[in-house]
Amino acid sequence: MKVLITGITGALGKMVAELLTARGHSVLGLDRRPWPDAPAGITMFQADIRKRPAEEVFRVHRPDVLIHMATVTHFSAPHEERYQTNLGGTRRLFDYCEAYGVKQAVFVGRHTVYGAAADSTLYHTESDPPLGGSTFPDLADLVAADLFAASALWRMPKMKTAVLRMVYTLGPSRRGTLAGFLAGKRVPAVLGFDPLFQFIHEHDAAEAVVLAVTKKLRGVFNVAGPHPVPLSVLCRAVGKPHIPIPESMFGHLTGRFGFSNLPAAAVNHVKYPIVVSAEPFVAATGFAPRWDEAATMESFRWA
Amino acid sequence: MAFDKEVEERLESIGLPFNRYGLDPYGISREHLAWFYSTIKPLYRHYFKVQVEGMENVPKAGRALLIGNHSGGIPLDAAMVVASLFFDHDPPRHAHGMVEYFAQKWPFISPLFSRLGHVTGLPEHADRFLRDERIVLAFPEGARGTGKLFRDRYRLVRFGTGFARLAMRTKSPVVPFAFVGGEEAVPTVMHAKRLAKLLGAPYLPITPYLLPIPLPVPCKVVFGQPIYLEGDGSEPDDVIALQVAAVREQIEELMRVGLTGRDMPFPFSNDMPNHLR
Repeated sequence: MKVLITGITGALGKMVAELLTARGHSVLGLDRRPWPDAPAGITMFQADIRKRPAEEVFRVHRPDVLIHMATVTHFSAPHEERYQTNLGGTRRLFDYCEAYGVKQAVFVGRHTVYGAAADSTLYHTESDPPLGGSTFPDLADLVAADLFAASALWRMPKMKTAVLRMVYTLGPSRRGTLAGFLAGKRVPAVLGFDPLFQFIHEHDAAEAVVLAVTKKLRGVFNVAGPHPVPLSVLCRAVGKPHIPIPESMFGHLTGRFGFSNLPAAAVNHVKYPIVVSAEPFVAATGFAPRWDEAATMESFRWA
Repeated sequence: MAFDKEVEERLESIGLPFNRYGLDPYGISREHLAWFYSTIKPLYRHYFKVQVEGMENVPKAGRALLIGNHSGGIPLDAAMVVASLFFDHDPPRHAHGMVEYFAQKWPFISPLFSRLGHVTGLPEHADRFLRDERIVLAFPEGARGTGKLFRDRYRLVRFGTGFARLAMRTKSPVVPFAFVGGEEAVPTVMHAKRLAKLLGAPYLPITPYLLPIPLPVPCKVVFGQPIYLEGDGSEPDDVIALQVAAVREQIEELMRVGLTGRDMPFPFSNDMPNHLR
């Protein structure tokens, strides 16, 4: 199969690309950033998914499968750029899929679309509404991109579309949202709260994306690894001081005094858990994570 | 930290799948359980001197939905029922309480409940725990029940119907129980509405001695025979209401059993409220 990966130079993108080439698929990579030492079997195109050269990749190379991972997730990016890439970019890619006969699309989204709130359920199922934007408005573009990608299920019935809502990835690359949060000298917690955090080893995450391709998944699926652990346990296991801060001071201290940075609106994500149930994904693919919670945290700590 | 020896022993056979951090998939922590049961043991055994009847009605394994009356201005009834399943049921079982939504917003309380396996009272949670062959503890009176005043003691208020559909859908036995004693332990004479609003609670009980601190009143839990509700939970409301009424009547009957011949909490109290006579 010829697989096009957008956002291929991300930590997860590289791992997915390498897994796919190792299994005999040819991989096309599309990213704004270069990947100078890309392994053999991967053809890189350095372009923005919003720009014309991106369409040319579809037109000339006719991929069978699209794996879409080119979303801007860091909150330092300007609001407008996030919308243009995450929604505008996603829209264009799905249009190209239809125009150039792509048979299968996999959108790699995140479990945070469900949102963190006092009354949210533990173990969200895919039928729960994605309320992420309600308490954390900066997530609204990602929630919209997730729902928009899923609309391909009825708009483009000939194409097999899978939307993956992946929990935080963690591993030796030390990249990703959770890794960023754990990167500071001190990890800020909200005094009196200790929510469960759910994560997956990045190698398992890459394997899950590949499974979504090879099993030709269709639908919306949560993807999870081992059982969640409380933030305090996570910090202890990765060797970072877990410092509870009164909520009223939280926004003033994050990003300073060695505390990891976190947008003030994200405070709910350190107060309440976001935990998903991945049973349908496991049933459809037979996915079994190889890294348990301890091994995952250790691999991050000692990388 | 050293915990009560009996608690440590009973935790060995509680049947929760703890990982190497002592956590189960719902974030229940073995250490927190040890602390909680060690702390509550003297209250259960010596302060409230809880007597248990009909424990044989609680299944030794598998799912069950414990349904009972709220007794007292603060949910000490829930804590004592949870303790009874731990100390007086063989093997010990851990009951998952369904917590009012407002409590999940309180710092310290919210993570503590979470580490002890008491989650927001959402149908999704109860459903999941039951399908996981665990015991769910619910009070269909909800906050209306704990908010009862002393003059309305042992008078059941309106029952929510969610538990009945849940039991039918998950084919879980309903084990009715009555809790007796809480109403005298925390005699609510009025509610502090403004203060409650500040705390985000529906009410705050005021006792004759002001604070809602429980008095050392002997308490009793009476479990009744399991009820298997017929149907699959898709029945219309009026059919469900009949099933709920049957459970409610059963609980009222168990309250009579519990109130009969108990030690009088106060010299002036009568053993049976008029509406139960």
